[in-house]
Amino acid sequence: MTAVSMTVNGNAALADVEDRTLLVHYLRENLGLTGTHIGCDTSQCGACVVLVDGVAVKSCTMLAGQADGASVTTIEGLATNGQLHPMQQAFHENHGLQCGFCTPGMIMTALDMVRRLGKRLDEATVRHELEGNICRCTGYHNIVKAIQAGAAKM
Amino acid sequence: MANDGIGDRVLRKEDKRFITGRGRYTDDINMSGVQHAVFVRSPHAHARIKSIDVAEAKSAPGVAGVLTGAELTEDKVGNLICGWMIHSKDGSAMKMGAHPALAKEIVRYVGQPIAVVVAATRYQARDAAERVVVEYEELPAVIDPAKAMDAGAPQIHPEAPKNLIYTWPIGDEKATNAAFAKAAKTVKLDIVNNRVIPNAIEPRAALAAYDPAEEHFTLYLTSQNPHVHRVVLSAFVGLAPETKLRVIAPDVGGGFGSKIFIYPEETVVCWAAKRVGRPIKWTAERSESFLADAHGRDHVTHAEIAFDNNNKILGLKAHTIANIGAYMSTFSSSVPTYLYGLLLSGQYDIPAIYGEVDAVYTNTTPVDAVRGAGRPEAAFLVERLMETAARQLGEDPAELRRKNFIRKFPHQTPVILNYDIGGYEASLDAGLKAANYAGFKVRKAEAAKRGKLRGIGISCYIEACGLAPSAAVGSLGAGVGLWESAEVRVNFVGTIEVLTGAHAHGQGHETSFAQVVNDRLGVGLDKIQIVHGDTDKVQMGMGTYGSRTSVGMSAVVKALDKVEAKAKKIAAHLLEAAESDIVLENGELKVAGTDKKKTFTDIAMAAYTAHNLPAGMEPGLKEGAFYDPTNFTFPAGVHIAEVEVDPKTGEVDIVQFVAADDFGTLINPMIVEGQVHGGIVHGIGQAMLETATYDLQSGQLLTGSFMDYAMPRADDVPSFKIEHTTTPAPSNPLGVKGCGEAGAIGSPPAIINAITDAIGTNELSMPATPQKVWMAL
Repeated sequence: MTAVSMTVNGNAALADVEDRTLLVHYLRENLGLTGTHIGCDTSQCGACVVLVDGVAVKSCTMLAGQADGASVTTIEGLATNGQLHPMQQAFHENHGLQCGFCTPGMIMTALDMVRRLGKRLDEATVRHELEGNICRCTGYHNIVKAIQAGAAKM
Repeated sequence: MANDGIGDRVLRKEDKRFITGRGRYTDDINMSGVQHAVFVRSPHAHARIKSIDVAEAKSAPGVAGVLTGAELTEDKVGNLICGWMIHSKDGSAMKMGAHPALAKEIVRYVGQPIAVVVAATRYQARDAAERVVVEYEELPAVIDPAKAMDAGAPQIHPEAPKNLIYTWPIGDEKATNAAFAKAAKTVKLDIVNNRVIPNAIEPRAALAAYDPAEEHFTLYLTSQNPHVHRVVLSAFVGLAPETKLRVIAPDVGGGFGSKIFIYPEETVVCWAAKRVGRPIKWTAERSESFLADAHGRDHVTHAEIAFDNNNKILGLKAHTIANIGAYMSTFSSSVPTYLYGLLLSGQYDIPAIYGEVDAVYTNTTPVDAVRGAGRPEAAFLVERLMETAARQLGEDPAELRRKNFIRKFPHQTPVILNYDIGGYEASLDAGLKAANYAGFKVRKAEAAKRGKLRGIGISCYIEACGLAPSAAVGSLGAGVGLWESAEVRVNFVGTIEVLTGAHAHGQGHETSFAQVVNDRLGVGLDKIQIVHGDTDKVQMGMGTYGSRTSVGMSAVVKALDKVEAKAKKIAAHLLEAAESDIVLENGELKVAGTDKKKTFTDIAMAAYTAHNLPAGMEPGLKEGAFYDPTNFTFPAGVHIAEVEVDPKTGEVDIVQFVAADDFGTLINPMIVEGQVHGGIVHGIGQAMLETATYDLQSGQLLTGSFMDYAMPRADDVPSFKIEHTTTPAPSNPLGVKGCGEAGAIGSPPAIINAITDAIGTNELSMPATPQKVWMAL
């Protein structure tokens, strides 16, 4: 067991965990932040994407201990004072979600896309950059529109 | 609000919690003292269990209990059931083998659960599961459904000689043979409809708790139909009387059929919560989902179609071997029979049809309904036959189809179904126009200059959904009726709760059902709340699958009719007018032609204060209804795929995909389009990327994770052009046909027709991976 501490959504977090604890389990089970989801066990689906020091990371493939001292942002940390982030609002306005399970990962990945590639994203770029996020419900058509719209408003 | 009713593109009410990470999926839910369960699963496709040693596992850190089939037997827990009886051609009942929730003596597929380990943490349960020692005597296995009935094939269940469960006939064999005897031309095709794995992104999970004081179970479950789970677990498996089992399906992350069935895992978790005496949570890992979720499709078919001299169809016949897997899952028997054979007429006027289905056991994961369930298999067969025929007969594929369309409705097909309404030519014309079919030759020539092979493929699909008229399915062997229930509760201050037995796992019911209510009562969407998914709150329902939201909504409409009638009586009394002069408009009840009115809220308060009600009227404003559809509904349409193949690599780029669908009335076109997009990509997945592959010797699932099973990603598919035509369904009050499965039904044949058109050879099986396409060139 090791004491792992980090900042999550601006709040200090500290817990004693087994060394093998994944960051996603730390967030979901130790901190009760269940908005980050687990959809696979081979790092493909992207439902677990969070930002670690501003960069998108699949939290299922990182040990909590590796995030010791880092600043982590999860889906729960995006809205400020009840005001939705433009990317969240865009997913709503463009019907970019159905069952909602892949959605937090999609939104966090989208934020990283904008950070790296800017606010004017064409369809081909968005589709290519979503290689690490799988959705079974939407067929991606509206997710692409949502990301383009959300990026433009950031 | 005037814009929040039937037909409006209303943004979804349920989005808020999902986009802020506040959805409540089963694994998100916790209880004090919850333990975690991990299943020990068979590594062999077919084996006798010689011994199970749990001693080391039981003494591992944190372990609360380890249970096997022996304890299930001790506690007299019943076996899992198949809820749809099918009879063979010779009149005998289907040959069903026993299906215990934990294996007893014999394991029959890789992944079959043998034991469950319950411990304080997930990680401890995993560690302890590795300490369970099972000794097996391996037995020969049969994996290929085409070989399951061979002489000398290993016998999987004693009840089913030759591994044959039933031979099911549909249509008229004599009339069909006679039709083929007179044919000017016969076209034949051998087809494999490849096995797929549903892979909803939320894995299955169950959280069960037992209250010993009340002898009462609470089960949170990823279920598409919590009431069906309750019925089966209580009445058939015998875990508890129905009144002592509460099943709650909270937010569910996708179903696609996979979360309909009553599986070993929730059965064991629920029973174990009582046996071990702690609340227990199980969540599948993805590689576990691959082995443990019911798979789909897996048909081997020989099909033939007969034409006269004018290229009009005389008859169609098909023989199918359908793989059921190692055990009969809950609705498995119905998928390759009533959900398949009844669609063999497609959109065409076919005088004679005969189909025969041999359902077989193999040592593979059980197979049951996956999005479309039987209807994609039928559409693929019919539309590949029609395309092949067009090429062999030298007719344009669109024109051959048009010439054979059914034009007069109602139309009685030779395969039981009576199509009540349709407009196939309107859909075809809309599709051809949107796809610019006329300009294809020019685009093909231009692509050739770039070194690409361009092809176009049509699929005119039809399905039967809005499952289903209860008496009809009962007479066909279903153990359940397929009605739906609704209760509309108007509260004191005019807010409304609608309780429905339907369940949403992505379909947006909290919005679309509210639109139906708002369209009638006009109180505003924010005053209407939809309640679903909890057997304690909603008395009974059959759940959501088979595009049956039309059934659920129709139940709401019937309840609304009763609410409106009572509201009008109260209004007439208060306004001193005749009931027949009262109109309900925009949330107000007025005397027609005057400005005497009451708001809906006024009426609700009058109903609940009961100070001044018509003589003899009970207080309150709350009405329930059950709705039993009078027919299936028949969504139908056209998909047109255009592809470019790179002959150097076999890679296929979908350059355009058009869907022109007739779903009758659309409640929320935005939600409908989303369902179509998702369905099309699901179908493209089957056609080009996905296939569940087993090693034919060992029975190991080779495509056992997302590393080996290719799920469609965003850059595998294009954006879509969606058109609609409308012939409202006469069989329900809204005219709705349903749309959730259509995309997965229509797209695979369009894709394969397009690729084979591009490469100039008709021999191509699904999935049409680049390697296969390249080798076919």
